[in-house]
Amino acid sequence: MYEVVSHGVSFAFSQEQEQIRQLAREFAEAEIRPHVAYYDETQEFPHEIFRKLGELGFLGILIPPDCGGAGLGAIECAIIVEEIARICPAVALGVAAHNGLCTYHIYRYGSQALRERYVRPLAQGETLGAWGLTEPGSGSDAGAMQTIAIRDGDHYILRGSKNFITHGNVGSIAVIMAKTDPAKGKRGISAFVVDKSMPGFYASKKENKVGMRCSDTASLVLDDVRVPATNLLGQEGEGFQQALAILDGGRVTIAALSVGLAQGAFEAAMKYAQERIQFGKPLIEHQAVAMKLARMNMEIEAARLLTYRAAWLRDRGEPFRQEASQAKLFASEIAVRTAEDAIQIHGGYGYIKEFPVEKYWRDSKLLTIGEGTSEIQRIVIARSLLEQYRSK
Amino acid sequence: MTILACISYVPDTAAKIGVTADGSGLELGGAKYILNPYDEFAIEEALLQRERHGGRVVALTVGSDAAKEILRTALAMGADSAVIIPATGLDSFGVAANIAAYAKAIDASLVLLGRQSIDHDSFQMASTVGALLGVPSISVVSKLEIESDRVRAERDIEGGKEVLEATLPLVVSVQKGINNPRYPKLPEIMKAKSKPIESVEPVAVSPRAAMVRYQVPQLKRANKILGDSDADIAEFVRLLHEEAKVI
Repeated sequence: MYEVVSHGVSFAFSQEQEQIRQLAREFAEAEIRPHVAYYDETQEFPHEIFRKLGELGFLGILIPPDCGGAGLGAIECAIIVEEIARICPAVALGVAAHNGLCTYHIYRYGSQALRERYVRPLAQGETLGAWGLTEPGSGSDAGAMQTIAIRDGDHYILRGSKNFITHGNVGSIAVIMAKTDPAKGKRGISAFVVDKSMPGFYASKKENKVGMRCSDTASLVLDDVRVPATNLLGQEGEGFQQALAILDGGRVTIAALSVGLAQGAFEAAMKYAQERIQFGKPLIEHQAVAMKLARMNMEIEAARLLTYRAAWLRDRGEPFRQEASQAKLFASEIAVRTAEDAIQIHGGYGYIKEFPVEKYWRDSKLLTIGEGTSEIQRIVIARSLLEQYRSK
Repeated sequence: MTILACISYVPDTAAKIGVTADGSGLELGGAKYILNPYDEFAIEEALLQRERHGGRVVALTVGSDAAKEILRTALAMGADSAVIIPATGLDSFGVAANIAAYAKAIDASLVLLGRQSIDHDSFQMASTVGALLGVPSISVVSKLEIESDRVRAERDIEGGKEVLEATLPLVVSVQKGINNPRYPKLPEIMKAKSKPIESVEPVAVSPRAAMVRYQVPQLKRANKILGDSDADIAEFVRLLHEEAKVI
């Protein structure tokens, strides 16, 4: 034995963080797990679950107490989303989007008046938030958006539509990116807080999705909506940069969601591999299955480390864009792979709804697409690498 | 009304517990410790009674420093204050004596406990604390109603219910199902972090019982498989007579 006095790297969570993980886990096991199949089948939005999440403070994680939130950081947000995703990735997606995109965007860039009016009810879970960047004609190429905002006295008039918006239907408050100066392209984009009490702002088509089915995904229509100029977030032209910064944080949360999903699928596979007997012994005693499980677990642990490191950097106020993209890219891809392997281990039973793994598999695919596709993550990482390693 | 909720820090139900080779102690390995599940109902009942009748809830544990973790949980759930009596290795009487001394010091009207701690399962606390305080105690209660100082308690018994009446001050141990323990809220977890945990000197008492030896339960006898020869059939009949003693 020897003693090492080490300063600087610690893999331990604090006692409060462990308590938060335990709370999120117990809540997910008791209040979400019994209803997972129902909500997946019906695509109904789980209002009752979100009401309870709001009561616990899970809808205002990143918001300081003086604005009605819990005053926690990216690590705690990742812990909560991971634990919920382990049971139901679709509920976790709502928690991630509500906290990290809409609520935090308004808090970070909004005036004190906007914080009071919008952030407080969002953080307390009285209402849900949506975030509108994507449009029917612009996904990864967000700069090509068509929605415009025309100044009219002390208002802006917003015209256009947004697509694939989480909480498009159930959310009553949204952050909407729109072009105030179309000639300037990306630099002409601004961000606004828009709420459903404003005439002309409504949800249209609710999507019928392959996975994440109880997560509310809809289109938003902006039919000449008059938005007070005071609802502009920050300055005109800052919208695109704001959106990128918000997405950096969002990607850490999606990485955590991916880790939780993979963990849930892995645990189901571990259980089945010990119970199922083939050729006279449990599946796990067949080397092909054992080795698959060993790799699945290793990849989850690697994804978890990338995720919490990115969250840790964010909480320290250090740059974390590259790390967030790396965590999101790796974690989402291993989530898809882990869920697929979990089905393979289950064989035919993995393909039917009596077992939980087919749902993890359907839910997983969104993670390599939403909040920046895997391809976009690679571009972000490569650009960041070029900055660091540029030859003179 | 001052309500004392007594809670204990026990190895997780999923922990694998072994016995040392000489049988003198337990091997807990890296077992995770948790709030005794029955004590969650005691905390919740204390909070509910406070909500109905006013007063304050004090959470108390007798144990090691690490047990402060469960006091933080009690604070996050809504207890007004938390107290630790740092003493380990006590027998049931020693723990009860410490609880009773503290209950007396704060003039508690109601002492609530879980029906048992899932570590040693001695079921001693409610009755011993009651006896030491010279007040009534009711164990394994599934419903508790208080009106001024009159208390009505229900106990589940085989095929029915038993209803008891008593007056405050009183010691009650609670049963699963008496309530639905609340989740601590996120902001309360963070607030609990900065609340003080008071440490109270243990009362010295001589132990009334000593642990002699721990022993691992005998494993169930393995099944026997016999063949189908005449000798096997004769052996089978003999086993039914002599070992299984069913004929």
